[in-house]
Amino acid sequence: MNRYPLWKYIVIAVSLLLGAFYTLPNYYGNEPAVQISSDKPSVKIDVSSVQTVESILNLGKIPYHSVKLEGKNVSVRFSDVDIQTKGATALREQLGASYTVAQNLLPRSPAWFSSLHALPMYLGLDLRGGVHFLLQMDTKAAFGKAMERNASDVRSALREKKIPYESVSRQGDEVRIAFPDAAARSKGKDEIAARISDLFLKEVQDGNVPVLIASLRPEALKQRQELDIKQNLTTLRKRVNELGVAEPIIQQQGEGRIVVQLPGIQDTARAKQILGRTATLELRMADFSEIELGQALSGQVPLGWDLLYERDGAPVLVRKNIVLTGEYITEASAGFDDRGQSAVHMTLDARGARIFQQLTRENIKKRMAILLIEKGQAEVITAPVIQDEIGGGRVQITGMRNAEEANDVALLLRAGALAAPMEIIEERTVGPSLGKDNIERGFNSTLIGFALIAIFMVVYYRVFGLIASAALGVNVLFLIGILSALQATLTLPGIAGIALTVGMAIDANVLIFERIREELRNGNSPQAAIHAGFDRAWDTIFDSNITTLIAGVFLFWLGSGPVRGFAVVLCIGILTSMFSAVTVSRGIVNLTYGRSKKLAGLSIGQVIIK
Amino acid sequence: MEFFRIKNDIPFMKYAKVTGYFSAATFIIAIVFLVWKGLNLGVDFTGGTVMEVRYQQAAEIQSIREHLAAHGYPEASVQNFGPSQDVLIRLAVKPGVTSAALSEQVMAVLQQQKPDVKLQRVEFVGPQVGKELLEDGSLALLAVSAGIVLYLALRFEWRFAVGAIVATFHDVVIIVGMFAAFQWEFSLTVLAALLAILGYSVNDTVVVYDRIRENFRKMRKGTVPEIIDNAITNTLSRTVITHVTTQIMVFAMLFLGGEILYYFSVALTIGIVVGTYSSVLVASPIVMWLGVSREDFIKVDKKPEAEVLP
Repeated sequence: MNRYPLWKYIVIAVSLLLGAFYTLPNYYGNEPAVQISSDKPSVKIDVSSVQTVESILNLGKIPYHSVKLEGKNVSVRFSDVDIQTKGATALREQLGASYTVAQNLLPRSPAWFSSLHALPMYLGLDLRGGVHFLLQMDTKAAFGKAMERNASDVRSALREKKIPYESVSRQGDEVRIAFPDAAARSKGKDEIAARISDLFLKEVQDGNVPVLIASLRPEALKQRQELDIKQNLTTLRKRVNELGVAEPIIQQQGEGRIVVQLPGIQDTARAKQILGRTATLELRMADFSEIELGQALSGQVPLGWDLLYERDGAPVLVRKNIVLTGEYITEASAGFDDRGQSAVHMTLDARGARIFQQLTRENIKKRMAILLIEKGQAEVITAPVIQDEIGGGRVQITGMRNAEEANDVALLLRAGALAAPMEIIEERTVGPSLGKDNIERGFNSTLIGFALIAIFMVVYYRVFGLIASAALGVNVLFLIGILSALQATLTLPGIAGIALTVGMAIDANVLIFERIREELRNGNSPQAAIHAGFDRAWDTIFDSNITTLIAGVFLFWLGSGPVRGFAVVLCIGILTSMFSAVTVSRGIVNLTYGRSKKLAGLSIGQVIIK
Repeated sequence: MEFFRIKNDIPFMKYAKVTGYFSAATFIIAIVFLVWKGLNLGVDFTGGTVMEVRYQQAAEIQSIREHLAAHGYPEASVQNFGPSQDVLIRLAVKPGVTSAALSEQVMAVLQQQKPDVKLQRVEFVGPQVGKELLEDGSLALLAVSAGIVLYLALRFEWRFAVGAIVATFHDVVIIVGMFAAFQWEFSLTVLAALLAILGYSVNDTVVVYDRIRENFRKMRKGTVPEIIDNAITNTLSRTVITHVTTQIMVFAMLFLGGEILYYFSVALTIGIVVGTYSSVLVASPIVMWLGVSREDFIKVDKKPEAEVLP
């Protein structure tokens, strides 16, 4: 007699129901949608926004499924990707810059599924299309910049306290400060140590010049790097928001690296351009004399100056000392100046405004330069002569090439600068149509493989083969249900993992059935054979699955991207297959054969008794 | 239906020496190919750029190649990929060129020739990342092997652990050797397949080992080779059927899964065939040659019995 206690049947039934419930959203699938949100407190999203959106779409004759207010978003659903793109473009144009319009995929299943966290599987970039970037921070450049800033701070500290010094210059990783005498040096050392705690100061004698060598403390260096990467993360997040991508992933990976994943993005070139740009704004004085410029042009650039060129090719000498940087900017937008040329209007924060006012007051009739620094290359956008004191922190940068450049510069200034330049060291882009193909191929091969295995099993093991196929189906149900509930990323290798798990999961049933046949061959009664078959095979099933599980766990640990998706499926698949092939199939066998007291035989294919 | 109507145990161990030489020979040949030809490492490991583009009509590979060469990309490798409209372009890492921009430049050149060309996929891997992926992959291979050896040594006996790992290593080397011999592209997904085979092949070996262990406890008579022969014979039908079902699935992926899964499936196919062979004819003889004996298992069994006796 083979019977399960009632609770075991209940466990199986409940897990089946749960599996089915969480698998169901995948059946409905996703549909292309556009989500409209706003991060500005002044712009409210409510029922009236729904009407606005509807009227924009109706006006543009763009068909849509529905427009709904969902929390703080308005979501619009479309029938296909082309219409979605059209809709997004129209909405972006009509709604203006205070709204974020993002293209997205939303589940088609009834809303109450989503409220119970029953969502379709989260598709990886190779299945839904999109871009994956791995960015590496250039720590060396960041370090150089930090030292440049320190040199500037040292200068202003000494000047403020009226401590005499000969020169302050950055030499590689150090700042060299030369003093006229030892007394000034010791005073200077105390002052610098009190103000800039990050610096390690060493007194040396260079000929008869007393010199102070300042270098960054190791712990300060580490802290600096951590701050830099945090700032870069924030900046990238803001830039991605500006691009209007739904569900982006932006995370730190290891030291000095950031992963950016943008699902479903169409214009990858623009994404790459905006993400990678390191443009920062710098304001420096350009109060040079003609004699100094002449010297510089003949190859002798005076100490503390840089020789740069304006866009029309005119040479400009600018001081190394940075007065103001993009960090002080609170808002920036593209527009036009009073002559109708493209320009960027920006607003400085209180501190920036104060510095700027002081600078303009003290330097009337002198030139200043606004530089755009990109990948270590400085470009003079404009070098105007200061006409008057400018208060209030409202600044206009003229000299933009065209409206597009003004837009990009404004975007970059708004989103903030990268603390250190970042380089793309890995890119994986998949077009949306290829993603669709990949899903289809993966799904078809799994389905056909499954059907063939089921046919083979039924032919070979008869009723037991049918039971094994049912258990296999349950396994797939569990696997997809768990993957959906965990919202683990499904990739193409992940689908291959599902297929492989299906192929391998049947192993447990084969082991059991072969054991049952053997017991029958040895002359045992059918009921005893079932009992012994399941019992004896368990150890083997367990041992053999553990080894595959070990492989899966290490693969997950050391793998990346799509391979990780494979590992996740493999590990979960092994666990579900142990439950479905042993517990569930035993449950079905017990229900089929377990009750009858006098069982003549089992439908497990031919058993030859030696 | 039953495939196996085996009356007597098949004397596998009698042929163990012959198959041993055979295994050793294939193993050495695989290594020779590996050293001689080397692996055709994919862009994942070497670094570089791969682009997949789709044309409206069947692509003319030769003219694309010439067009690219004329516009500054003479080293670009252009291949047909799947359907005749699809083309795969590979570019090596160029020092000094901002690599992320490369795909866009090439795309612009292609569009100049035929404006209807569409970008399907880009993979760019920097040389540093490629090196790391290779290191991580090798580390994963080692870690999995170590984990399996440890588990089997604890659960069975050290001889079994050695046998299993030699057999698995044999499988992996032969797969990698085949990839070297035919210069198939060795990518990250192939590495994943290799690791899956590592687990799968050991899985198979463990089933046979389990039976050997059981037989040592159950069959009080019989020599070691007889015991092993009996274990292999009794599990043979399971071994074959499991491989058939797994192979059905892998064939489905091989023929229907598209190009990305192609070499993944190829690696699995070789692994399944070689894995079946090795779990029977490599792993088991090694245990025998290492001198496994009944005492290794009976001792463990007798202890609790002695305690129970009054």
